Amino acid sequence: MPTPQTLAEKLCAKAAGRASVRPGDIVTAKVDLAMIHDSAGPRRVEPMLKQLGVGIWDPTRVVLVTDHYTPAVDAESAAILDLTRKFAKARGIEAFYDMQGICHVVLPERGHLAPGMFVAGGDSHSTTGGAFGAFMIGIGATEMAGVLATGEIWVRVPATIHIEWSGRLGRGLSAKDIMLFLCGRLGMDVANYKAVEFDGAALRALPMSERMVLANMAAELGAKVGLVPPDRVTVDYVRAAGARMGADWERWRSDPGAAFEAEHRFDASALAPQVAAPHSPENAAEVAAHGKVAIDQAYIGACTGAKLSDLRMAAEILRGRKVAKGVRLLVAPASARTTQEAAADGTLAALTDAGAILLPSGCGACAGYGAGVLAENEVCISATARNFKGRMGHATARVYLASPYTVAASAVAGHIADPRAMLAETVR
Amino acid sequence: MFGDNVDTDVLAPGLYMKGPIAELARHCLEALDPRFAREARPGDMVVAGSNFGMGSSREQAVMALKALGIAAVVAKSFARIFYRNAMNLALPVLVSAEAGAVAAGDRLVVRAGEGVIENLTQRRRLACEPIPPHLLAMIADGGLLPHLAKKLRAAGA
Ligand code: SF4
Repeated sequence: MPTPQTLAEKLCAKAAGRASVRPGDIVTAKVDLAMIHDSAGPRRVEPMLKQLGVGIWDPTRVVLVTDHYTPAVDAESAAILDLTRKFAKARGIEAFYDMQGICHVVLPERGHLAPGMFVAGGDSHSTTGGAFGAFMIGIGATEMAGVLATGEIWVRVPATIHIEWSGRLGRGLSAKDIMLFLCGRLGMDVANYKAVEFDGAALRALPMSERMVLANMAAELGAKVGLVPPDRVTVDYVRAAGARMGADWERWRSDPGAAFEAEHRFDASALAPQVAAPHSPENAAEVAAHGKVAIDQAYIGACTGAKLSDLRMAAEILRGRKVAKGVRLLVAPASARTTQEAAADGTLAALTDAGAILLPSGCGACAGYGAGVLAENEVCISATARNFKGRMGHATARVYLASPYTVAASAVAGHIADPRAMLAETVR
Repeated sequence: MFGDNVDTDVLAPGLYMKGPIAELARHCLEALDPRFAREARPGDMVVAGSNFGMGSSREQAVMALKALGIAAVVAKSFARIFYRNAMNLALPVLVSAEAGAVAAGDRLVVRAGEGVIENLTQRRRLACEPIPPHLLAMIADGGLLPHLAKKLRAAGA
C-alpha cells in the first residue's frame, strides 16, 4: 500500500512528475498556467525577459489581466496599461483580459482553472485558485520572469493544516465571516509555508464564489495554497465556464489516513458576523464587540468582496433601505461579467436605489491604487481582505473588515451594525 | 528594530507603487517609523519579529529595502512570498528565533551559509537557520535572473 497523501502532496507530485512527495521535499514543478497582471506583470517582467534574451516558454499557457490600474487615473497608470497591452501583442498572449475585472475572478470565470492544475500567479491572492482544486501559488515578479522563461518553478512541498466546518452558516453569515474568524483565532502566520485544506458540511454547502473567499483569504493565514477538494459543485462550475477537465477529478482529494500537520474543527451554526478592527484581519471579533463605531465610507469591492454573490448579499440588506446621511457606499463589482449579471437580475438597481455609488471593476481602493481611497482619520468598513495601515489611503485612516452583509448594514446604520437584525425585519 | 507582522503595505505603500523605486523607498516603513528611510545607511540590517513581509507579493517591498542599502533582514520568521522574493533579488534574509535579543545599534556580522549571526556589540552568537544550498548558489550569482542567465548560457554552450 502506498503511503496516503494529502491533496497538496498529490498536486505537487503530479506537477513534479513523481509518484509521491513528502512535506519538506524540494521539487521542480512544471507549470500548467501562469497568471500575471498589470501591476506586477509586464512592466516588471518584460525588462527581465529582455535581459535574459528569451521568449515566453508557452504563450498559450499565460493569462494576462489588467485590474490594478484600471481605468487609468493619471499619466503614470495610463503608461503602465499601455505597456501591458503592447506586451500582450508582442508576446502573443491570446488570453488577455483588458479591464474585464480582477484577475482572481476573471481566471475561473473564463474557464482557465480546473482541478489538478499547477498554477503560478503573480499576486499574493493567487491562492484563490485552490477553490477549484488547483495548486495555485502567489509569487513575485522576478520569480515570474523565471517561470515565463522556463515553465518551471521550485517548490517546497507544504505540510497541510486541515480546517473543517460542520453545521450550517446562519442567515446573514458568509465565507468572509469564516475567514475573519480564522484570522482572529489562528493568527496570520499559522499557515506560513503550508497548505490549508478546507472541508466539512458547512463548506460543501457553499457555492464556488464563496469557496473562492476561503481560498483567497488563506493568504491571510500565511498559506502557500488554500485548497477546497473538488466536488459536484466544482465540476459543474468548471464545465460551465468552459475549462477542459480530466475525467479523473475525483482523485483530487486527500487520501483517507493522510497525515495533516494540524486539524481544526469549528461549528458554522454557532458563528456570529465578524468584524476585524484596524490594522489587521487578525483583530477580528464578533460585530457586537466593536460597538457602534461611526463610519465615513463603506466599500464593497475586491476579488474577495464584490463577486455576484457578494453584491446579492448587500442587495438583500439594501432593498427598501437607504444609505445613511453622511456615509458614502462605494461598490466596485469584481468583474465585467459580475456587472452584467448583477444588472440583469436587478441586484445593481437595488444597490444604486439605496444610494450606492458604482465604481469601475478592478482593484480600485483595495490596495490604494484606484478610486475610493481614504483621507486622514477617515473610518471605512470594507468587504476587502486586508486592512493594513495605509493600504487604502492615508496612514491614519481606519479600515474595518467585514462581510458584504455587514458592510451594507453598517452603511444603512451609519455605524458598524449587525446585519442579522435588519434581515429579520426584511419582509420576504 | 521592528515587531511582528511587518506587512508589505508599510514596506511599499500602494500610493507610491506607480513611481520610481527611489521615491517609494523614501516612504518605506514610514507608517511604523517616519525616520526609518531617512536614517537608514548602506550596510544597516533590519531586525524584526515574526512573519516579516506578510501581505502582498509586491517585490518592491524588497527593492525598497535594497535601495536604502539594507544588507540583510533578520527576523523570527518571514512570510513565504517575501522570503522567496528576497532570495530572488539576492537580499539575504535570516530566520533567527533569537532576533529579539538584538538591540538597536548593535553591530552584526552574518554568515548566511553557516547559519551564524555574530553580535559584535553584545559579544554573542545568535543561532539562525542556514540558507539551503540551492538558494545560496542563487544569491552568490546575484539573484534568480543572473542565476538563470548563467544556466541558460551553460545549456547553450
Ligand atoms: S482586489 Fe485587492 S486583494 Fe484582490 S487582487 Fe486586487 S489589490 Fe489584491
